[in-house]
Amino acid sequence: MDNGKDILLSVQDLKVYFHLNQRLAQAVDGVSYEVRKGETVCLVGESGCGKTVSALTTLGLIPQPPGEIAGGQVLFKGQNLLDLGDDEMQKIRGNHIAMVFQEPMTSLNPVFTVGDQVQEAIMVHEKVSKTELRQRSVQLLEDVGLPAPEERLADYPHQLSGGQRQRVMIAMALACNPEVVIADEPTTALDVTIQAQILNLFGELQRERDLSLLYITHDLGVVANIADRIYIMYAGIIVEQGSAPEIFHDPRHPYTQGLLASLPNRAKRGARLHSIPGTVPDPAYKPGGCPFHPRCNLAIETCQSRFPEMCDYGNGHQSRCPVLYDGNG
Amino acid sequence: MRFVHSTTRPSRKREDTVLSFIGRSVIQKTITLFFVSIVSFLIIHLAPGEPSQVDPLNPKFTPEMVERFRKEFHLDEPLHIQYTYFYRDLLTGKTVSWKDNQSVLGKIWERFLNSLPLFIVGTIITWTLSFPVGIRSAIFRGGLYDRNATFFSYLLISIPGFFFAYILIIFVVTQFHVPVIGLKTFGIGDAAWPRLFMDRVWHLLLPSILGATGGIAILSRYVRSQMLEVEGQDYVRTARAKGVPEEQVHYKHALRNALLPFVTMFGLILPGLIGGSVIIESIFSWPGMGRMAFEAILARDYPVILTVNFISAVLVLAGTFVSDLLYLVVDPRIRL
Ligand SMILES: Nc1ncnc2c1ncn2[C@@H]1O[C@H](COP(=O)(O)OP(=O)(O)OP(=O)(O)O)[C@@H](O)[C@H]1O
Ligand code: SF4
Ligand SMILES: [Mg+2]
Repeated sequence: MDNGKDILLSVQDLKVYFHLNQRLAQAVDGVSYEVRKGETVCLVGESGCGKTVSALTTLGLIPQPPGEIAGGQVLFKGQNLLDLGDDEMQKIRGNHIAMVFQEPMTSLNPVFTVGDQVQEAIMVHEKVSKTELRQRSVQLLEDVGLPAPEERLADYPHQLSGGQRQRVMIAMALACNPEVVIADEPTTALDVTIQAQILNLFGELQRERDLSLLYITHDLGVVANIADRIYIMYAGIIVEQGSAPEIFHDPRHPYTQGLLASLPNRAKRGARLHSIPGTVPDPAYKPGGCPFHPRCNLAIETCQSRFPEMCDYGNGHQSRCPVLYDGNG
Repeated sequence: MRFVHSTTRPSRKREDTVLSFIGRSVIQKTITLFFVSIVSFLIIHLAPGEPSQVDPLNPKFTPEMVERFRKEFHLDEPLHIQYTYFYRDLLTGKTVSWKDNQSVLGKIWERFLNSLPLFIVGTIITWTLSFPVGIRSAIFRGGLYDRNATFFSYLLISIPGFFFAYILIIFVVTQFHVPVIGLKTFGIGDAAWPRLFMDRVWHLLLPSILGATGGIAILSRYVRSQMLEVEGQDYVRTARAKGVPEEQVHYKHALRNALLPFVTMFGLILPGLIGGSVIIESIFSWPGMGRMAFEAILARDYPVILTVNFISAVLVLAGTFVSDLLYLVVDPRIRL
């Protein structure tokens, strides 16, 4: 499993900048990650760290301007998607790589029925008969656990609840059996109970269909059950990466340690919940050196000026904190 | 509007809702019309100035004649009696103008037929130009096309209509040597039909274009902003992420949503049928509704003013009714 052959999606040193009025917002600033076949990879980080931007870039959905892809590659099965023209990119979207978005309430088109939208997802990539189109749509809606799928086809999005809409979004994403599904905080906008259901659904679908899933979230807690590997993102860069057990039991970056300490079920009963002081820096005003240093309780003098390189702990476990690395040996 | 965006499944069938909406709407609008009739009647009768026939300062009429007119027009009766007289006559179609004793409905109908071509051609020009321009501007926002469209919109909005009219008239008359004032060229009556036809077209075109310019400038801006707003919505991004071709993203997913508010406007052009522009009709000596209404106001010809007013009110209410109904048809979220 560790050879490079079954790598489906590989983002290499991706840089995505936004040209704001006077400033340059370096939203994604040299991010690399990989998704292998049949694997669930989680991209975790606080709000504003560039998760959505890096995901949208893989599908060529960054508006340019104000956005600019300033460097890097997005390799899908070895082909750089950033080199593709509009027509070729369209054949990738939804067909090979599909995406589920953060906001189920606004992500479906209000003037078309659920049936129209699910069927469209099939039609844009495949030529199928009307009856087959209908059968497949119903099957998809059933697969994502929507009750009475036959009747849902004629419903408009506003007639569904948030959780149901997200299921429809997932059905659309699965419509053409894509190899990679990117789920961008699919549960953030939902009630807690519904969140668990949707998360479980992703787990099931991934296992049944042997999907490669890139699951994006700001909540390290929710990924414990589904993640094979985890990337921790901070201020436009990956600060730590490794297998799920390693990240959870042997975190090697102060930021990851802070995220873990702030999980409710990890804190000792009665103890006050830990939280990392401060907030993610605005990508237009990032501190120099280690971008985490203003919030880091281990920071030393050099952290303010030296950009931290990746330190290798073996087995694919890497972390961008030389201070901890040196301290350990 | 009393519309709400529903978040739950509607319990009743949509057809029933539509029928009950129509019923309620007609009753509401009739009541509104009744109050409008009272208020407009009061405003016109209480406004300063007297009908020219009973104006004591008018040297044409002796006090005896004035007295006779007052009696004949029921001006000596209390207002509520006058009100009943007026609307009784209106509803039975017997209202006559005080100025020339002609049937008001007949007069209006004649002027209406004159104004209708202007209205139709103007509206067609406005709507067929504004939409493509606005949509294109939005899709290529910030580009050369968009910047030019923006420049011309503001130019057209800021040039006064009469000024623009004279430039147009001078241009057309000197370049094409065709007369453009009035409904048709004076004394052209016995010419061959192709010439008659072209003459009508020329006379119609200029005032229509002029009437449309302001509308095009404003409507195309509105279409652009509506389209821009929709283009930024999440569901447009979803469509792209599905692999929908760019054309369809714009013209199917975005446009369908951007058009919703214009459906409302479509009903609201109905009152324009009776409006007509006083300025344009005056410049082009066009014997239309606008000028008739304006002259009636100057002469305090109450029956004409009130009838025009009443018909406008009916058209406004009918227009909003049509809008609501259209909205109901095109926006699945509307629950009544
Ligand atoms: N279209 C855009 N124009 C300008 N700036 C943008 C644009 N899209 C994103 N950004 C900026 O890029 C940064 C990263 O945004 P991104 O949406 O990727 O964050 P995120 O990690 O997904 O956060 P969240 O958890 O809130 O979704 C933000 O600071 C945002 O302001
Ligand atoms: S490099 Fe310095 S500032 Fe950055 S995480 Fe490590 S200790 Fe903290
Ligand atoms: Mg996001």
